[in-house]
Amino acid sequence: MTTAVKNPDQGGTAPTTAPQKSSGGNSLTAGQKPTWTWLAVAGGALAVGAGLAALMGESFSITGWLIVAAILYVVGMYIATRVIENRRRATDGLWRNLVWAAFIIALIPLISLLWTVFAQGLPTLLANPGLLIYDMSTTNGATDAATQNEGAPLSGGFAHGLIGTLMITVVATVISVPIGLLTSIYLVEYSRGGWFARAITFFVDVMTGIPSIVAGLFAFAAVQLFITTFIGSSPAHLQMVKMGLSAAIALSVLMIPVVVRSTEEMLRVVPNELREASYALGVRKWRTIMKVVLPTSISGIASGVTLAIARVTGETAPILVTAGFLATTTWNPFSGWMTALPVYIYRQLINPTAPADPLPSELRAWAAALVLIIIVMLLNLVARIIAQAFAPKKSGR
Amino acid sequence: MAKRIDAIDLNVYYGSFLAVEGVNIRIEPRSVTAFIGPSGCGKTTFLRTINRMHEVLPGAYAEGQMLLDGEDIYGSGVDPVNIRSEVGMVFQRPNPFPTMSIRENVLAGYKLNGTRLSKSDADAIVEKSLRGANLWNEVKDRLDKPGSGLSGGQQQRLCIARTVAVEPSVILMDEPCSALDPISTLAVEDLINELKSDYTVVIVTHNMQQAARVADKTAFFNIQGTGKPGKLIEYAETSTIFQNPENEQTLNYVSGRFG
Repeated sequence: MTTAVKNPDQGGTAPTTAPQKSSGGNSLTAGQKPTWTWLAVAGGALAVGAGLAALMGESFSITGWLIVAAILYVVGMYIATRVIENRRRATDGLWRNLVWAAFIIALIPLISLLWTVFAQGLPTLLANPGLLIYDMSTTNGATDAATQNEGAPLSGGFAHGLIGTLMITVVATVISVPIGLLTSIYLVEYSRGGWFARAITFFVDVMTGIPSIVAGLFAFAAVQLFITTFIGSSPAHLQMVKMGLSAAIALSVLMIPVVVRSTEEMLRVVPNELREASYALGVRKWRTIMKVVLPTSISGIASGVTLAIARVTGETAPILVTAGFLATTTWNPFSGWMTALPVYIYRQLINPTAPADPLPSELRAWAAALVLIIIVMLLNLVARIIAQAFAPKKSGR
Repeated sequence: MAKRIDAIDLNVYYGSFLAVEGVNIRIEPRSVTAFIGPSGCGKTTFLRTINRMHEVLPGAYAEGQMLLDGEDIYGSGVDPVNIRSEVGMVFQRPNPFPTMSIRENVLAGYKLNGTRLSKSDADAIVEKSLRGANLWNEVKDRLDKPGSGLSGGQQQRLCIARTVAVEPSVILMDEPCSALDPISTLAVEDLINELKSDYTVVIVTHNMQQAARVADKTAFFNIQGTGKPGKLIEYAETSTIFQNPENEQTLNYVSGRFG
């Protein structure tokens, strides 16, 4: 018996037997579907989808049409490839299309969110750039009623929220970066995998999962304990608990595990050879860490810290319970209530300035949401730029 | 400034595992000594005890005496950091600091320790070290370019220049040519021959021809089996080791009849 095993995947279109089939006369491209196949299948899928959607009558919707068309396209491409080429390529194409579909489905919420916020916030912001430089100290129910009912210009703004977010985030960063950085240096450079290091890693992981409101309550309780123990417990002293610093402490509880984790990863990828090269030159360990390990990994650390900042900038609940909210601008995070941008958005939507005429408050909230998203997007961009700028240079050969 | 090395009954451990047992060796100043032997026999481990780099690994330690011109580097109160500036090391894979330029790499021993140098002193050290490493003519026009942009052989010579720049007494080399092509290997071997006039050079190599080419004396290490400690089997003039060894194991190894 001859062992002429026929490969089912080849489907009988061995290139050597079918050179005349190919349009260009190239035996290497024989048996492949034309490049316009996908356009044809896509057009057919859209047409059939439209037909099916039309059959359903009144419930015709663009969304339904696109979903049906997408399913038809994936199936159609599989069948077309299977017929023209072979099963292996058809399966390959099917999975590629499914991966693309999953990617697009994952993108839909993001695109939709960005679209909504830009559509709702951008016109208000462009028409009232003053929102960026005024606070709410001169805005009250009467001015908002005038805006809604008599067409008066939108009053107020969220400058105090921008400043509050800035100050609280800066203080939170100042608290968390040294703690996080030193913790990860201990974990990577000094711990040698002992029980203490394993305990730290475990608790950092636990901290990553702490709900942000719990972080807020913790910070509130901690600051209250500190003030009642060391300063006093009169009602005036208890009033001191709500301040920007308390919010910053709450945010640093959320930030520290992110900084520790990202920095730890970055320190671990520094090759051990570089540390040994430094030791072999008679350099002490702390100098090796300061001058070799940290500079080599600084780009990753800086971008990790920036992403951690972006992560906590949007926090609402912990700031609401620790710093409260305020209508006026304050730069001082160590005394008195302070408004952060997310809290401002929340307050404007839940408790409009003029309860009977909520539209101006909603407009301000959407504009503030847009600004918040832009800030977070810029922080992400900055993280990428930092990673590029500080990365070790490779050129020069 | 080259110094003599004496190991006396040196045992080297990784945790509770005895990796190298009972090494007694005298390495003369201004000579090149090669360590040869099969993989895992403890040559590199022993080499790393000469500048106390071995104990950088968790749980690793050595017991016995290692004398540098008669002074025990494992004596109590000895700071390993000072030993390492006295005994330099070149590693198997070239490892220039990626964040530094060629010039900064040569000066790394000073810069990382925070030593202040005047520009003229620094320039003199850079030129002298790079000339000493046979690299000056190739890089003199691009000293401010990153060291990682050089070829592998150039990087390894840069690492040697970096080691020479701090003026140690002893230079240890851990298979310095195993990642290099024959031309670069030749350049490094020429360099080793020149370094001999100022330094005590100890080199670990898997390449027996290389040991025969560069070394004055050769030490053969061997291991009896997995889990057993490595031992120094024979130590003699290189010509003796390769042509007329006393020990049968050495003869089997150098003649390729090993195992």
